[in-house]
Amino acid sequence: MVLQFAIIVSYALLSLALLLGFIRLVLGPSLPDRVVALELLASLTVGFIAVSVVASGRAPFLDVAMVLALTAFLAAVGFARYLEKGGHRVDH
Amino acid sequence: MIIEWLTAFVLLAGSVFMLIAALGVLRMPDLLTRMHATTKAGVLGAGLTMVAVALHFGTEPVIAKAVAVIAFLALTAPVAAHAIGRAGHFVGVPLWENTRVDELQGRYNEETHTLASSDEGEAAESDSSAREN
Repeated sequence: MVLQFAIIVSYALLSLALLLGFIRLVLGPSLPDRVVALELLASLTVGFIAVSVVASGRAPFLDVAMVLALTAFLAAVGFARYLEKGGHRVDH
Repeated sequence: MIIEWLTAFVLLAGSVFMLIAALGVLRMPDLLTRMHATTKAGVLGAGLTMVAVALHFGTEPVIAKAVAVIAFLALTAPVAAHAIGRAGHFVGVPLWENTRVDELQGRYNEETHTLASSDEGEAAESDSSAREN
């Protein structure tokens, strides 16, 4: 009973958090800001999957969270390399 | 019974921390302060929800997977934050107007992508360019 309540509230909080992160992703204003927002969205999705695992009782979904955590890291490092090697300076 | 209450509490705590992280990324004034919000609160929140999963199932394979996810998050988030912060400084992302100290000001060599650790920038730059070649 209390767990059902916690699951519903967690879904609501995480949805709100995804919305806020998405607003930052759209607003920018620079590419590193968007990369930070994207990384936050990946962590939020890991949390979402964890809540969904508890709600559905299907433990194999945890593999998705594991893969997502690793690929998000690769994306962030890839963007950072791109910015360092080929990015344009913002201030001139 | 007590496990259920504990699971619910940890799940809610993780969600609240992730909401705080999202609020921080939206409300903070510049790149570095936004990163400060997302990296710490985001990883703590995701880790707490994973703890909730481990508590809920309580079997060895699930606990091992949850611990693995927490380990991956805790190992990769600081590295990614460091890389993005470094790239942001190199790209020239403006700092918050009330920033007092920028210790990297003028210390970053845009040609060789290295930092000079002292005010003798010339010696450090020639040293690093020699290493690059």
